[in-house]
Amino acid sequence: MDFLSAIFYVFATILVLAGLRVITARNPVHAALFLVLAFFSAAAIWMLLEAEFLSLALVLVYVGAVMVLFLFVVMMLDVNFDTLREGFWRHLPVGLLVAGAMVLEMVLVLSAEGFRGAPSPEAHGFDYSNTRELGAVLYTQYLYAFELAAVLLLVAIVAAIALTLRRREGVKRNDVGEQVKVRREDRVRVLQLAPEAPVGAQPDAAPAGEGAP
Amino acid sequence: MIPTFADYYAALPELVLLGMTCVILVLDLFLKDHQRNATYLLAQFTLLACAVLTVFTVQGRPLFAFNGLVVDDLMSDVLKVMTYLAVTIALVYVRAYNAARGLFTGEFFTLALFATLGMVVMISANHFLTLYIGLELLSLSLYAMVALQRDSARATEAAMKYFVLGALASGMLLYGMSMLYGATGSLDLESVSAALASGLGSSNVLVFGLVFLVAGIAFKLGVAPFHMWVPDVYQGAPTSVTLFVGSAPKIAAFAFTLRLLVNGMEPLVADWQGMLVVLAVVSMVLGNLVAIAQTNLKRMLAYSTISHMGFVLLGVLSGSLNGYASAMFYVLVYVLTALAGFGVILLLAREGFESEELDDLKGLNRRSPWFAFIMLLVMFSMAGVPPLAGFLAKLSVLQAALQQGLVWLVVLAVMMSLIGAFYYLRVVKLMYFDEPQQSEPIRPLGDMRLMLSANGVGLLLLGIAPQPLLTLCMVAISHSM
Repeated sequence: MDFLSAIFYVFATILVLAGLRVITARNPVHAALFLVLAFFSAAAIWMLLEAEFLSLALVLVYVGAVMVLFLFVVMMLDVNFDTLREGFWRHLPVGLLVAGAMVLEMVLVLSAEGFRGAPSPEAHGFDYSNTRELGAVLYTQYLYAFELAAVLLLVAIVAAIALTLRRREGVKRNDVGEQVKVRREDRVRVLQLAPEAPVGAQPDAAPAGEGAP
Repeated sequence: MIPTFADYYAALPELVLLGMTCVILVLDLFLKDHQRNATYLLAQFTLLACAVLTVFTVQGRPLFAFNGLVVDDLMSDVLKVMTYLAVTIALVYVRAYNAARGLFTGEFFTLALFATLGMVVMISANHFLTLYIGLELLSLSLYAMVALQRDSARATEAAMKYFVLGALASGMLLYGMSMLYGATGSLDLESVSAALASGLGSSNVLVFGLVFLVAGIAFKLGVAPFHMWVPDVYQGAPTSVTLFVGSAPKIAAFAFTLRLLVNGMEPLVADWQGMLVVLAVVSMVLGNLVAIAQTNLKRMLAYSTISHMGFVLLGVLSGSLNGYASAMFYVLVYVLTALAGFGVILLLAREGFESEELDDLKGLNRRSPWFAFIMLLVMFSMAGVPPLAGFLAKLSVLQAALQQGLVWLVVLAVMMSLIGAFYYLRVVKLMYFDEPQQSEPIRPLGDMRLMLSANGVGLLLLGIAPQPLLTLCMVAISHSM
């Protein structure tokens, strides 16, 4: 086993263990942190495959943004995780059985012949840039798929807004747009008041209501 | 490498659809609630314009564009035109229903158009990437549409189930694709097929990937044992969304199956044939037997869909051009039938009342003889009673399977459709021989009345004169496969 394989196995082991802890950890914050560890290990494995861009994107986007957001959600929402975990031990034997069978099948199928015959790809030189390669094909060869992926994001925005935007009746809140748009004439009215009555005269019985500010 | 005019020309209808959808999305922001009809009309105009554009850009031979990501062949043209028409019909049916339930919104139309875009992208995909992105575009829009009625707990639950199971299926599909990529070194369907034909790649990895791929396809088609989402989504979603989910996406799912299994993996036909046989048998048995026990009309039609998709697989698994063409015919006929069926359910619903129980159909003949007759045509077509279109669809699929010597499968399919005839005929019995439980008059809008009538009569005409559509399917398949 050469050095690269050793590194791979180290990170792969960490990845699997961290993945297991994500679903077994009692504390949801711990689970989220283990997920971060899993992402880091996956990023390291990608780095071994010379896919630096994906590796860094995984760390920046998932660890840096998504997981932080996730931690916020976990901490802010008061979710009772004990009810979510109900039945975990009851269903564990069946789950383990199915998972074990699947792993066994996959090992049997893939180890019998698997990718053994396939030639392993050659390592690139020091001047090879994975990011440059990606950039070169993204807007040329894969333009169509790339633009469609952008449409996918647009659909996600439309769907998220359609599902969460709700106009409630009877809620008092500031409408900033209305407030900014307001003109002087809407708020201030100059009244021509009659000259003050002579001293000693009786004031009007009912003061005009419209004089109120 | 850089796309040229020819590339854009091959994908012209899709580009127009995308552009117009964005225009509608923005325009709708400036409309008041009572002006929403403008959005509706613009959406309909877009769909029809795309259908016309597709017809006018028909090529004599398959045209590959965007470096092989897209293919514009006769099969894709036929299926795309049918998709546009199916969505058009669906939008006509849902108008009154949606207006009564606060769903007549810009988002509904935008999501429906984005879903349509996903469907047409899938139909003319020639690459794992395009297939997958088209599928996600469709699925994401559908998840949101199912959940659109957010105050309904059932709709939310259905959307949640659909989303979780759909994400799982997408994962399986991707895993299978990655295995095939590892074995053949290509994502392009043509190259994958060529690599497989030359015996490249280890067979173990290929079959391993194929299993995941077929599981993903089965989920998206909604065939047993990957059907769990179908009844819940059909029942839980607002009926207008059920109509949408149950019609045009079936065409796209069929094209997806054909692209992946036939365009991409024809050399592995012996392997996927066996898997499809299992799926078809389980779907036909389970769909037809469980449908008998249903009291909810939408749920019953969901199980009926499962059995119909089993029939479609019967055509695909025969592995011949004849089989693919008959499966294509079956899908198109089924989509038309489902549109009319759900159209009648929408027709009977009114403000504050969902007509989705079987009992709600009681005595429909007294209330509206014409629409009871349309529903009768739908049920007979689904059961496969001559001379309706459904009969010929079943017949051609069975013939294709028989040519491949799958006699036991054909016998089983016939038995199952006999059993299935029971619950279709029960609906007819309820409509014609039972006393009505309600007396509200049925007054559909003029366009819906016209479209539903045309749709029902179309089923009859298609059954009497199926040759044009059958020939079209045959020609399209033999040009494209």
